[in-house]
Amino acid sequence: MSVKVWIAGGGVISGIGMNLEENLQAFKDMRTGMTKMQYLQSVHQDAFPVAEVKADNDTLADMARMPETTSRTALLSLIAAREAWKSTGLGDISRYRVGFVSANTVGGMDKTEDFFKAFLPNPGGGRLQQVVHHECGAVTELVADALGVRHHISTISTACSSGANALMYGARLIRNNIVDIVIAGGTDSLTRFTLNGFNTLMILDQQPCRPFDETRTGLNLGEGAGYVVLVSDNLLAHIQPWARLSGFANANDAYHQTASSPDGTGNYLAMKGALDMAGLTPEDIGYINLHGTGTQNNDVSEGIAINRLFAPHFPAMSSTKSFTGHTLGASGGIEAVYAALALKEGIIYPNARFRRQMKELPFAPATAFSTGNDLKHVMSNSFGFGGNCSSLVFSKE
Amino acid sequence: MSNSAYITGTCIIRENKIFLNDKLVWEGEGPGLQELLRAAYDHFSGQYPKFHKMDPLSKLGWLAAEVLLKDSPVLQLPKEAVGMVLSNRSASLDTDFRYYATVKDIASPALFVYTLPNIVMGEICIRHGFKGENTFFVSEQFDAALLTTYAAQLLAETPLQACLVAWVEVLEHRYEVAMALVERSGTQPLTAAALNFLYNKKI
Amino acid sequence: MEKLMEDLKSQIIEQLNLQEVKPEDIGNDEPLFKTGLGLDSIDALELIVLLQQHYNIRIANPEQGPEIFHSIRTMAAFITAQQKQQA
Repeated sequence: MSVKVWIAGGGVISGIGMNLEENLQAFKDMRTGMTKMQYLQSVHQDAFPVAEVKADNDTLADMARMPETTSRTALLSLIAAREAWKSTGLGDISRYRVGFVSANTVGGMDKTEDFFKAFLPNPGGGRLQQVVHHECGAVTELVADALGVRHHISTISTACSSGANALMYGARLIRNNIVDIVIAGGTDSLTRFTLNGFNTLMILDQQPCRPFDETRTGLNLGEGAGYVVLVSDNLLAHIQPWARLSGFANANDAYHQTASSPDGTGNYLAMKGALDMAGLTPEDIGYINLHGTGTQNNDVSEGIAINRLFAPHFPAMSSTKSFTGHTLGASGGIEAVYAALALKEGIIYPNARFRRQMKELPFAPATAFSTGNDLKHVMSNSFGFGGNCSSLVFSKE
Repeated sequence: MSNSAYITGTCIIRENKIFLNDKLVWEGEGPGLQELLRAAYDHFSGQYPKFHKMDPLSKLGWLAAEVLLKDSPVLQLPKEAVGMVLSNRSASLDTDFRYYATVKDIASPALFVYTLPNIVMGEICIRHGFKGENTFFVSEQFDAALLTTYAAQLLAETPLQACLVAWVEVLEHRYEVAMALVERSGTQPLTAAALNFLYNKKI
Repeated sequence: MEKLMEDLKSQIIEQLNLQEVKPEDIGNDEPLFKTGLGLDSIDALELIVLLQQHYNIRIANPEQGPEIFHSIRTMAAFITAQQKQQA
């Protein structure tokens, strides 16, 4: 019998708020985070709406109590991870065996871009090796240090499912008695690199995105960070858990580098695997936080996989990316916090801008915020490039 | 760690040489990594034109899996029962840099696709149809304890029956792959010491 | 048109890194996607880059792709039509 793993708290910074409370208020007010680009300098400034964290680097550095030269990815990470820890009421972090498992896909790319600019005209002027400490792992180390985490530190980089995979790994660290607590989630800042890249893939919507809508034409990029605090059953007396991480699974779609298979094979396997681990059947799930990017391909594959697994009992579902944009490596962490909070307060989040049901699917997402719902089990999906598909199941008890 | 995980095969690629189960099976003649990759592809595989579109990180991982899994019974396992745990130091920086160089002209979508380190796992899965659990860690150094523990857990706690465990690193002209196939039965137990021995072996 | 189609074949082989394909292996009317050359969605995006780089033609809507990139002949016809419009 595996040790139970509880969610003792969470923290989020995103395009709709600097902390979890602000995020929640934005959902209640139906206030989404997409605006014209304000903080990132890009030639695409006017072309694509983005969900930026509404603060410049100096302000974030102040909030994080870090030097202004720190990568934005690290600043977002530290702010959300501190909030997550504080929300648990566990107090002095040095009293526990704590791990920090963080996901990101861009690392310190915002700083690396500056290096590239200097490097390109004069390749003799710098060595690529020097950039390495701007990379993914360095961001995690920096934040772990600031948090006072000493027992275990890992960085996971599996594209847009990274954040969810951080929770899976964190839970396993606890179950194997390597640590008692893991701060797990992800962070990513918006960079020209990702914006240009997604633009070349022609999957950015020039309007605010419309996940799971028949008229959807792509995603909006966002940025942020989200972490939950996973706690072992042996510390249950010290916390007031929001939820339990009861199931998780990861599968590879084995179809294409960026596209999901038409029948959502990997999506289906991940959701099914997570339910199996939790010992649940599809009708037990009360709400699904969809991966729901708003691209033609993701939403139809995810929808078909849900249809295959859940028909005819479809739970309430929504894509919170219609508010936060797609925050890439952070999304699995941010949405895990939303999912755990959903159980704590019976929340069903709205799917903004939904108008027309997709012709391939017999169901539609929830469009209004509601609280006090009787939710016992909630699912959160995160699917990434490279065919990496993850699904998490949270339970009230 | 309980002995439910065993190393059943290994492949090392470094310094222009490829080793399968400690035996030298290929030595490149060309000066660079690209020449090695192309020549080894022609020798060990061929008939997979998508190989040429991959970035060096994916080619390295893909090729190691190709050498290691040739005629392996693992290919007959249910596809959901084969997964992988990969790791490196520089994530996809090698390709990030080359992609960034195209941005000022016309950015290449085919390069952007490879600016994520886990794409190499996707390429191996596409090649063999593997649908089991995948994860990718970015670590400062080869972390044998992390890779060992995680792979053993996957074999013990999930439906996985076989798992590729590897360090796949490339940055400019420096590259190395150390890949082990891990299964539920065998003769050489999967331990951090065994993985360290594999990685550090003088060649 | 014949010359353009021959040019396109070499350009496609280079742009898409089709190292095991020779220009003479590609038929003028052979489908480029799925069967035929077996190209995929990323290749389609690279073909859009090719049109921009070599012919200064921009395609904003990827949904036009399947029609334009059906075969070497449809690509050449599209390029010719665009060039006439620009001239």
